[in-house]
Amino acid sequence: MAITASAPKRRLVDRLPVVHQLRQSVGLQRGMLVAGLIITTIFVILAIFAPLIAPYGFAQLRDASGAFGAQQPPSAAHWFGTTVGGYDVLSRVIWGTQTALLVIIIAVVLSIFAGVLLGLVSGYIGGWLDRVLVVVADAVYAFPSLLLAIVAAIVISGGQSNQIAGVFAAAISITVVFIPQYFRVIRAETVRIKAEAFVESARVIGASNSRIMFVHVFRNATRTLPLIFTLNASEAILTLAGLGFLGFGIEPSSAAEWGYDLNKALSDVTSGIWWTALYPGLAIVFVVLGITLVGESLNDLADPRLRGRRSVGAASGEVAQTSVVPGGVIDVPGGMGTLEEPGDGGSDR
Amino acid sequence: MSVVDIKDLSVSFSTDAGAVRAVDGVSLTVERGEVLAIVGESGSGKTVTAKTILGLLPETATSSGAVLLSHAGGEGSTDIVAVGRKGLREVRGTDVAMVFQEPSTALNPVYTVGWQIAEGLRAHGKVSRRQGRALAIEILRKVGIPDPEKRVDYYPHQFSGGQKQRVVIAMALVLNPGLIVADEPTTALDVTVQAEILDLLRQVRDEFGTAIVLITHNMGVVADLADRVAVMYQGKVVEQADTRTLFTSPQAEYTKKLLAAVPYVGQGVAGAAVRAAERAGTASEALVTADGLMIEYPGRLGRAGFRAVNGVSFEIRAGEVLGLVGESGSGKTTIGRAIAGLTQATGGSLKVLGTEMVGVRERDFKPHRVDIGFVFQDPGSSFNPLLTIAQCVAEPLIVHGRADSAADARGRVDELLEAVQLPRAFGDRYPHELSGGQRQRASLARSLALDPKLLIADEPTSALDVSVQARVLELFRDLQKELGFAALFISHDLAVVDILADRIAVLYHGDLVEQGTGAEVLGAPQHPYTRRLLASLPVPDPVVQAERREALRALRAEESLSGRSQ
Repeated sequence: MAITASAPKRRLVDRLPVVHQLRQSVGLQRGMLVAGLIITTIFVILAIFAPLIAPYGFAQLRDASGAFGAQQPPSAAHWFGTTVGGYDVLSRVIWGTQTALLVIIIAVVLSIFAGVLLGLVSGYIGGWLDRVLVVVADAVYAFPSLLLAIVAAIVISGGQSNQIAGVFAAAISITVVFIPQYFRVIRAETVRIKAEAFVESARVIGASNSRIMFVHVFRNATRTLPLIFTLNASEAILTLAGLGFLGFGIEPSSAAEWGYDLNKALSDVTSGIWWTALYPGLAIVFVVLGITLVGESLNDLADPRLRGRRSVGAASGEVAQTSVVPGGVIDVPGGMGTLEEPGDGGSDR
Repeated sequence: MSVVDIKDLSVSFSTDAGAVRAVDGVSLTVERGEVLAIVGESGSGKTVTAKTILGLLPETATSSGAVLLSHAGGEGSTDIVAVGRKGLREVRGTDVAMVFQEPSTALNPVYTVGWQIAEGLRAHGKVSRRQGRALAIEILRKVGIPDPEKRVDYYPHQFSGGQKQRVVIAMALVLNPGLIVADEPTTALDVTVQAEILDLLRQVRDEFGTAIVLITHNMGVVADLADRVAVMYQGKVVEQADTRTLFTSPQAEYTKKLLAAVPYVGQGVAGAAVRAAERAGTASEALVTADGLMIEYPGRLGRAGFRAVNGVSFEIRAGEVLGLVGESGSGKTTIGRAIAGLTQATGGSLKVLGTEMVGVRERDFKPHRVDIGFVFQDPGSSFNPLLTIAQCVAEPLIVHGRADSAADARGRVDELLEAVQLPRAFGDRYPHELSGGQRQRASLARSLALDPKLLIADEPTSALDVSVQARVLELFRDLQKELGFAALFISHDLAVVDILADRIAVLYHGDLVEQGTGAEVLGAPQHPYTRRLLASLPVPDPVVQAERREALRALRAEESLSGRSQ
């Protein structure tokens, strides 16, 4: 949108979502955010460059010097050892990031659109439509999510086990569980925002329902989405791993998947073969930890009451220009800003 | 010896934008049995100063200087700034207590008031349940709660707003502290109740010898209750004087302007007469006609609905400003919302611009929305926080097809902003970057964007400081004169309505008890409620206010007599 006169704009760095929070944070909150960001970045880099980084393919059983051999302890050729099936553990851990990232993206993209749209419509229109949707969402919510995911996986994959089908089966089954979450959050926000004065003022102006919904309510209701997104992403990984562990995941020949590897490593643990379970397990823990740290610290930083601030020295700082000189000259462009500064504290939203 | 002695107090807060100093080198003393009023607009540091006396600052605050609080019982004093948590706990309640602004949130809804009063006693020594109860009953009687033996077991929701504030005062008094800090104790209350609470506070000072630090922005309250006044501006005390001197000969420039900005009843009569004379002879059409209008809010399943407006009849003619006055819950906002089609009118007849609003469908009313502007009470929430001011003001133009986009409408938006005396560049700011007064002006610009015939202003200045309010009112009056729109001006403040309105209507519990010109209603009120409302309104002049107080007392005595004889 073209804006003719220039106003003091915040710099781009300050307006980018995560970067802004990073600059804003202090102390422990900053530590949490930085740690989470580092882990998440490593995860994403590994996923994107898996073919370059991983020493072997995820389904590779032999190289030029012959078969890897099953359950080999960590060595120079296989840093993390090999699995009972004879795969290289390190390679499968690295390739596993790719599967995890794909599932997160597909699951979140699928659920976010449906969830947000349903929530918006349900919250804004209300009435019987709202009641029906809430009951359906609650019913889905009441199901054990893993059980639901298993059913969905069976229905969707139908016994196939290539990468795309496997990833989609996992992603869609997670989607079914996630839609009610997005639905509920957006619906609650919509119901709250619907009562705000700016929505009423739009109604008084005569704006149509769809305009109010998409111009005024939608953007305000979706501000919390990045937080749910990060928290849901970690849940998506856990659900995927759970599916794989229970044997509803992706076959080792189609893609690497940590839950499947953990399942196969079950019998190894008792016979003292630790490397087959440890590394996929650690991968799951780290990725979930990293994403959760980012989500939690974003959550804290978004709330002014939880947000940490730099401590100030006694009686330091300038007196805020909160007041107006009564009866003073008002129509002085330029002079206004110095007279009336924002903020009587009433609206830090 | 003074009860509290504040020496060179400075308080800073750490915020996202770095350190902000809220209080800057303030020195104040309060003597025994004295009421010191601290006045100033929002952000002047008055509340922070007062909260420092109780050590109630949030963790993000750092303070320097000294606040010496003398012990209620005898000799010695505590420096609140330096003392630790334990010391603070000992001082609170016994030496200094607090009365909060909002009585409905200051009381815990799940405990009886007796329990809550005794809580203070329990915190400072062992008190048996029976003793605590006896003391609670006694203190409730002293603050004027009728039938305290029974009421002591009531929960907060069983009391009215004014009675809740009495209970809060009782809680503050129960340990007989030397000082009570009252933070806007009457702001959340209606004018008639406010007068009673002020009477009670005066009685507390006289009977208990308690010193009171009264924080307020209402100069009428100051004139009514305070012995001495400290005026704060931008963290500093700009003037300190006894009340009479301050009102008769203010010294600081700021104080003079502040006092000049306070509206008082009788200001608008001359203006209204001039306007009436101008209009005389030109028969103008009625834009809004209400005839026996009833508005009911539906009750929950199986319960009767709540009738907010009960058979009200009035008229707004083209170019005329009708002021609607009443206490909270009188139905004044409901009427405004019904005219704008935000609330369904349920009975009687309400014709707005020729459309019958009882049972109207949105589709039929939509064409008329071009002719109606609405200014909301809270300037903080009436703008979409994600749109710039220019986009918000352009919204009505876009919706009604006068412009394709906000950029397209920018020329008209700039005109509008200039009309409400905002610089054009403010169009590119976001709502939170403007102060309350500026936002309310922008809100006025938005409501006038389509040149409406009728403007509904729902308490447009009640969230603003006195000085800002004066300017917004002035602007409103000028624009009304220039553009000639009719207006419904809703307010709880008689003085504000008086400035603007051609005719005034007084609402009481959903009934329209009186209407007429400003001179009629305010000059010679007929209905006892209007009389009481007028008498309760404190005026910013201590001498006049003392007389008015006596008059109000006489009026109340008369009413209770006539009530008994009926």
